[in-house]
Amino acid sequence: MLKNRLILPGLIWISLFLLIPCVIVFTYSFFERGVYGGIEYSFNLDNYARSFKWTYFKILLTSGQIAFLAAFISVVIGFPAAYCITKANPKYQILLLFFMMLPFWSNYLIRTYSWMVLLNNQGLINNLLIYIGLIDEPIRLLYTKFSVVVGLIYNYLPFVILSIFASLSSMNKEIIEASEDLGGSFFDNLFRVIIPLSLPGILAGFIFVFVLSIGNFITPDLLGGGKFLMIGNLIYDQFLSARDWPFGASLSLILVTIMLSLLFIQSLILTRKKL
Amino acid sequence: MRKLNIIAVSFMLFVWGTAKAELVVSNWDGYSPADIMETFEATTGFKGEMSFHATNEEIMGKVVASKGAGYDVLFVSSPFAEALNELGLLATINHSKIPNMKNLDSWSMNLDFDLGNQFQVPYAWGTTGICYRSDLVSEAPTSWNHLLNPPLDLHGKVTMLSTDRWLLSAGMLSLGFSVNETDPAKLGMVKDVLISAKQNLLSYDDTTFYSKLVSGEAAMAHAWDGWCNYATWENPDVKFVVPSEGSDLWVDTMVILRGSENMDAAHAFINYILDENIGAWTIENILYKTPNKVAMEKTIPGLVDSFPNMGYSAQYLSSMETLKDVGDATKLYATTVADILAD
Amino acid sequence: MKKIYLSLIFCFLYIPILTLITLSFNKSGLPTSWGGFSISWYFDLFDNQKIFKALLNTIIVAFFSTAIAGLLGTLLAMGMELKKSNKYVEATAFIPMIIPDIVMAISLLSFFTLLQFTLGLHSIIISHVVFNTAFVCAVVRTRFKYFDHNVIEASYDLGGKHVITFIKITLPIILPGVIAGSLLAFTLSFDEFIIAFFTSGAGSSSTTLPMLIYSMIRFGVTPEINALSTFIILFSFIIVFISQRAVKGKLLI
Repeated sequence: MLKNRLILPGLIWISLFLLIPCVIVFTYSFFERGVYGGIEYSFNLDNYARSFKWTYFKILLTSGQIAFLAAFISVVIGFPAAYCITKANPKYQILLLFFMMLPFWSNYLIRTYSWMVLLNNQGLINNLLIYIGLIDEPIRLLYTKFSVVVGLIYNYLPFVILSIFASLSSMNKEIIEASEDLGGSFFDNLFRVIIPLSLPGILAGFIFVFVLSIGNFITPDLLGGGKFLMIGNLIYDQFLSARDWPFGASLSLILVTIMLSLLFIQSLILTRKKL
Repeated sequence: MRKLNIIAVSFMLFVWGTAKAELVVSNWDGYSPADIMETFEATTGFKGEMSFHATNEEIMGKVVASKGAGYDVLFVSSPFAEALNELGLLATINHSKIPNMKNLDSWSMNLDFDLGNQFQVPYAWGTTGICYRSDLVSEAPTSWNHLLNPPLDLHGKVTMLSTDRWLLSAGMLSLGFSVNETDPAKLGMVKDVLISAKQNLLSYDDTTFYSKLVSGEAAMAHAWDGWCNYATWENPDVKFVVPSEGSDLWVDTMVILRGSENMDAAHAFINYILDENIGAWTIENILYKTPNKVAMEKTIPGLVDSFPNMGYSAQYLSSMETLKDVGDATKLYATTVADILAD
Repeated sequence: MKKIYLSLIFCFLYIPILTLITLSFNKSGLPTSWGGFSISWYFDLFDNQKIFKALLNTIIVAFFSTAIAGLLGTLLAMGMELKKSNKYVEATAFIPMIIPDIVMAISLLSFFTLLQFTLGLHSIIISHVVFNTAFVCAVVRTRFKYFDHNVIEASYDLGGKHVITFIKITLPIILPGVIAGSLLAFTLSFDEFIIAFFTSGAGSSSTTLPMLIYSMIRFGVTPEINALSTFIILFSFIIVFISQRAVKGKLLI
């Protein structure tokens, strides 16, 4: 039927170029790493047993905590921004969105280096804080969880703004205006009309930042000084430094399973909130 | 009509994207002269292209997953060359096609991971140690323990290398173990030493530590000797020392992939690299030592005053232990590093 | 009030950019110490053939992967929203976002190798379409949550065929989502490194800009790259400015 014809091209592409390759790699998780990094085809569940070590659980928790913080703060900051853009003159909306994305056409590495310059002890931020008298001596901002979270928020904030904007704009503007016309306080409006309307966008944005952050390995490396091992670094290390594809595959499969369960929870929230 | 355009564009993309050069070499950007492929063609007539990789691990991953498809020559560090060879992906080097081998120091022809240079040819080498600001430390460091257990005033001003082998080797050497140690009990001790060292660190840093030394944010850095020179270049107070417990010898090598369809060109390329002028370029521009003794003799006298580590002799270097692929113990290393970094 | 908030956000987004632009004029090669003003890096940049080739490759990859993903993702979103979708489709549309990059990169390379598929820019495009489709789909779907399906029914009742209905009714409604999703996809693809590295062919004809920049990490990324980023930002800025003038603000929302 029509619905099937529509979803087919996308599904086929993803199935062919992602699901099938990934299934192949995930089956490696049931085998052993060869002595020099190949695969030894002897079926066992050692990799999964190994994954349930406390160290890996700690890494998962740290990553989850950092990713959650980044996603939450991005949504809190991004929501008003998206709302402001929605209220702006329609002629300029796309321009505003475009200028928001423009910084991210520079290179990720360079942007991260710029943050290192801004956050280090002789950097702009410390100098500013000293100048206005808030602190006497530079405080350690770089190579902390703080700098990792800031770096993640910075790189993914536009994603949140874009998805909330997509949810909120024009068509739904009439509903917002109608509600404002009907009186009621600003907060009433906000919590009863605007936020429910934009909930799909908010959830989508939150998920974007969360998943992109949890798999990120460059920001924790550079802005965290390599001191906070996150899941992204761990999996990257298994595949590349240790050349242990089986173990890397088992960690990834566990990660994907956890995330799919979170997705399931999200869709439950959404179906309950449908108007 | 539309469909035809799409097909035409796709075809163009396909051709553009897969335009084949004769020889494909993969290297770190900036590690060889920018115009090397042009001068190579002018000298030998072989056409070629330089491709780039960011780290050893990435090019290893790509070559292992694709069985080396598309590449002919790779620049990789020695443990990776060894692993590639064990995985059966390397071709045997035909010395008769590389007359410039004679430029190489005899010490570099008998490195323990590849006696007689059967599957790799060394390009540059050096050692690892402590790079420090002599004006910011109250006493010059002489031991790995100075790095791992710095005096109180240097807490938070020390960096260590983040690549797993070097991260671990600092701990191993400080306890008197081999850099290729595989005994789990001993690795447990290394882990404890490195976990307590972590408390005093500014960060783990492979790539920007020299700028931290120059700016004074760091006073001591775990460093490769060549890299330390970049800091010395900007600030002559930066000095380098090989700790008393000893250090490792790292070698960056060139290898030829077994599946290469351009064997003659590949050998000609390696031969061209071993030419004394290219060697001299490496020494003067990268400030690394090379086993190319002819190039070293030409250039070192002018550099050794500003950069003392350039004066380390080939004999001295080859007396150090090279990092070898530790086979199954690699998993233990990965777990140990994860334990240290997750703490 | 709104203007102040937006300005604050733009400040946050642009301060690191201003930093990197300033550093492109740094005489010293180090990002942490100012060595004096110099435009020499810009001269180095414009002499550098391989950077511009890589930039062109990146634009090609981003453009085509966004175009294809825009189409596939929108169709996927429509299919999933217009009728109740099952959880397998939901999972399939979600997985590209949650798979760690390195797993996708290695799986794809192994897969391509198994099929003896030649690699090149096209293999990068194929790979990028995978995650871009998922992102476009997710963004476009948000436009459907309060979508009045009756409008489509009405259009069919009035005799409209599928394509006409799509163009005149559905598309205008979901357009902000398609545009936002495409902008996102383009940006993701433009700055993507690890999948591009693994699925590219060997050789400079399939080297993208992120690949080139990351490969400089061993010997120090010089302010030449800052100059390049400045150039890209300025260039895009000018293009948009000109196209705004040309279209005279007739952008449909």
